[in-house]
Amino acid sequence: MNEKERLSGYKGEALAAIRKAEVEIGDLIRITRNSEIHEGILIPRSEYGDKKHVIIKLKSGYNIGIRITPNTKIERTGKGTKPTFTQPPSLKQNPKLPKIAIISTGGTIASRVDYRTGAVRPALTASDLYSVVPELTKIAQLDAQILFSLLSENITPKHWTEMAKAVSNHILKGVDGVVIAHGTDTMGYTAAALTFSLQSLPVPVILVGSQRSADRPSSDAATNLIGAVVAAAKVPFAEVSVAMHESTSDSSIILHRGAKVRKCHTSRRDAFKSVNASSLARVQEQRIIMLTEKYRKRDLTRKLDLKPEFNEKVALVKFYPGMNPAIVDWYVKKEYRGIILEGTGLGHVGSFFYEAIRNAVEHNVVVGMTSQCIWGRVGMNVYGQGRDLLALGVIALEDMLPETATVKLMWIFGQTRDVEEAKTLLKTNVAGEISSRTLAEK
Amino acid sequence: MEIDYEKIGLKVGLEIHQQLDTSTKLFCNCEPKLFKEEPEITFLRRLRPTQSELGQIDPAAYFEFQKGLRILYEAERATSCLVEMDEEPPHPLNRQAVEITLTAALLMNAEPVDEIHVMRKAVIDGSNTTGFQRTCVIALHGEVKVGQKTVPILHVSLEEDAARKTGEEEGNIIHYRIDRLGIPLIEVATAPVIKSPTEAKEVALAIGGVLRATGKAKRGLGTIRQDLNISITDGGLVEIKGVQELELLPLVVKYEVQRQLGLVKISEELRARGMGEDIIEKEFFNVTDVFKQTKCRVLCKALEKNQQILALKLPKFRDIIKQELMPGFRLGTEMADRARFWGRVGGIFHTDELPAYGITADEVEKLGEAVEAEDQDAVVFVADNSENAEDALEAVVERAREAIKGVPDETRAPKPDGTTRYMRPRPGAARMYPETDIPPIQITEDDVERISSKLPELPKQKLERLMKEYKLNKKLAGQVLDSKYSLLFETIVKESKVSSTTVAAFLTETLKALKRDRVEIDKISEYQFRKVFGKIGAGELVKEALPDIIDWLSKNENKGVQEAIENLGLKIMSEIELRALIGKVIEENRKLIQEHHEDSFGILMSIVMNKLRGRVNAALVSKILKEKLKVAE
Ligand SMILES: [Zn+2]
Repeated sequence: MNEKERLSGYKGEALAAIRKAEVEIGDLIRITRNSEIHEGILIPRSEYGDKKHVIIKLKSGYNIGIRITPNTKIERTGKGTKPTFTQPPSLKQNPKLPKIAIISTGGTIASRVDYRTGAVRPALTASDLYSVVPELTKIAQLDAQILFSLLSENITPKHWTEMAKAVSNHILKGVDGVVIAHGTDTMGYTAAALTFSLQSLPVPVILVGSQRSADRPSSDAATNLIGAVVAAAKVPFAEVSVAMHESTSDSSIILHRGAKVRKCHTSRRDAFKSVNASSLARVQEQRIIMLTEKYRKRDLTRKLDLKPEFNEKVALVKFYPGMNPAIVDWYVKKEYRGIILEGTGLGHVGSFFYEAIRNAVEHNVVVGMTSQCIWGRVGMNVYGQGRDLLALGVIALEDMLPETATVKLMWIFGQTRDVEEAKTLLKTNVAGEISSRTLAEK
Repeated sequence: MEIDYEKIGLKVGLEIHQQLDTSTKLFCNCEPKLFKEEPEITFLRRLRPTQSELGQIDPAAYFEFQKGLRILYEAERATSCLVEMDEEPPHPLNRQAVEITLTAALLMNAEPVDEIHVMRKAVIDGSNTTGFQRTCVIALHGEVKVGQKTVPILHVSLEEDAARKTGEEEGNIIHYRIDRLGIPLIEVATAPVIKSPTEAKEVALAIGGVLRATGKAKRGLGTIRQDLNISITDGGLVEIKGVQELELLPLVVKYEVQRQLGLVKISEELRARGMGEDIIEKEFFNVTDVFKQTKCRVLCKALEKNQQILALKLPKFRDIIKQELMPGFRLGTEMADRARFWGRVGGIFHTDELPAYGITADEVEKLGEAVEAEDQDAVVFVADNSENAEDALEAVVERAREAIKGVPDETRAPKPDGTTRYMRPRPGAARMYPETDIPPIQITEDDVERISSKLPELPKQKLERLMKEYKLNKKLAGQVLDSKYSLLFETIVKESKVSSTTVAAFLTETLKALKRDRVEIDKISEYQFRKVFGKIGAGELVKEALPDIIDWLSKNENKGVQEAIENLGLKIMSEIELRALIGKVIEENRKLIQEHHEDSFGILMSIVMNKLRGRVNAALVSKILKEKLKVAE
């Protein structure tokens, strides 16, 4: 199978029939089977499709699948034209506007559709972005960089390191803010990672994604992107935050603190929530409304403290009834440096787990406790089990999110090999990941 | 004047959209139902036209987007979930809807596709929360017989119904209710072979009949909608979207033909006057000063708001703008519709209709001077803020230039009287791309065979069978066929042994009469109807009791037939009781019987029936009364 055939998605009988007819994707073809005749443009097949059907786009615009049988004949009636993704005219940057860097890591924030073949192409360059989201021309001068094209579930701590370095480079060049386009699935983890690795930020770093793909008119991508760029250009704070829809409406974008944000819904536009903390600000009609008074002020003279290293030998372990404690032994044997437990309620695991934890602590593994309740603070002095765990050497991690705690411990072991220092750092509020007061929800 | 439709080359194609009566919507498990109450949930969205590499952005849609159009969606939890809100991916295609569509397609001899691919058709007027309508072709190349003619069916598709507009536009916000969004719709598209206004209705009727034959077509206003594309030889291709009443179809076609013929005439006349498109200039004159002292109320209001009056000269258009194209509809109306759409103004003024509306001859003269109009010219003006006024006049220029060319291709919306108004320019080639969230569905030969083997009867066959099998006359059989109870009719007759004419008359005429009296028939289940007739068949209830029972059941939901009988005291009277009662009535009316002799039967009959309505069989009363009268004489 050649490259062209591989891209077509066809396999088996369907591929054989196409080969025999010497037709390519985009060609106008006629398929005859008994008395039935169908004409249309040959369309690529999804890689999950079966081997028996050929898809054509009819003149009416509809796609249909036609089964290939021994007496099906395919002939070419016209040569296809390749989709022409013409470059949009480059728009002039307004030198009076703030300079904003946009780093793409994957997750399309803007895209265009070729209605003829159904192909969707992401818009990634600055001029692409301007042409697809023209509002941006009036907000900022963009410097667009394509760092990776990764689905967010494929992002690893190594990528966090690269992202942190890329942000640092832009800041050294003197931008007024940085926007990072990111797939939403693991955007919360990345936000936490950047919060720890980009310390003493002079300008804001805003992560943005979309819950509805950018090729659809109802997508939240453009609104979120505009909100993120406005935030990067105008917010008074210099912190890592996530910009997404505040509600199901398109009316406002909310900015969450990087260490306190979590994706809490599989599909809604407002999937991201600030947990155990107030959101930072709201962007409405391109204006910033601050929601907290406690933040680090934007200051271009401040020097960024870049600490981009992470150590992947840290595990997140969620406890459940009847769980086999051998998993903890396995991590110890594999020389993991730290384990974050996601315990029940106020921070508990069953007593059948104690032995494994004792063993881990004895092997110098740092063990921290968070809660699978997500909202609230662990309280390990309330019940006997909690006090038992503390006695075993488990560290109570206050109101830190389990994901943030995991990222933080990876980052700690990227900075130090000293276990005692690591324990101290884990308990200390480094970048807003621990709040001393739990406030009632608004 | 009669129009020779053949001669002018009339070609009409129909697209029939019929809602299906499925248990859930097309892409989620919500109930396909509308709600009347205040919405529980509202949310505000914008739809951004997606850039296409080949097709251009729909100009009307892009215009609305730039104007900052926002859509306020209204929802209720019982009829919408996150899928309709575009907050959750669609669930797989509703299989029941596919089967119904296949049934309809096979009834029209169409060829089912081997694999169904759901497409996204870009629609960004707000009627779909996603910005596209999900639609798929189920079968191609069918036909329906209409009289002697065979009308080719291009395709039979299955698509989701759109959200419905509620209320008027306020500022830049339009309201849509998403209860209707996602209700399955069959779309049947004919080739443009219809040649006359009446034929349009006949074809629609024939297709509607086939769709109803599936037994799964929804009924009631708004459940079936027709789109028409109409063209004549020298005219344009005009699409009229969403005619809800069948009766209106011939009129809509007739008026559209009139309109197109009128426009062709206008174009000829303008050209005869030496007009070319480039003679109309986009030059707008601020004529606010001309109307400083005006008595015209509309203009006064605008001036109070500090708005401007902008004017435009249309060379050689004098007396053209007022030419009638449809009843109460002139070229000026077309221009005003355009101005309203593109400029969001209330309307326009033009010199063909002036002086009037409080505007004096003197003001008209000054207006002419201000724009340097000659005798043969017309002047159009509008009062609004300068941006809207300019957009409005630009639209008028556009429309005037089209008038020189002939009939513009466009999409129009029907009005209740059969005339139409401008809706938007015709979208370019349908912009469709695959709905990747829904896996394709294969239709196997087994599927087709299974459905083919149990196809319902076509309306004509069924009519003949109803007449033969149930001994119904043609009229009653036709009424049963058209009613939504045609299946129930057969079940009841078979189960209850009640006379078929009685059942048929009840399910058609009696129910219609009850509905007129505002009895909510829809609240009564088929099961309840069967139960009632079961009791009549078993001699426990008389048919005269039917209206009262139905009325009671409609007002007492969740109550049974037995309770209705008890509550209404409609338990049938035994013959012994009846005999005693008749005896008593005769006793009380001795004097009357002696005076009237034979004639007294009718009077006594009505006395007894009035006392016992719904509790006795009239034939039995008559029999006993006759016997007893004989004895009494
Ligand atoms: Zn739903």
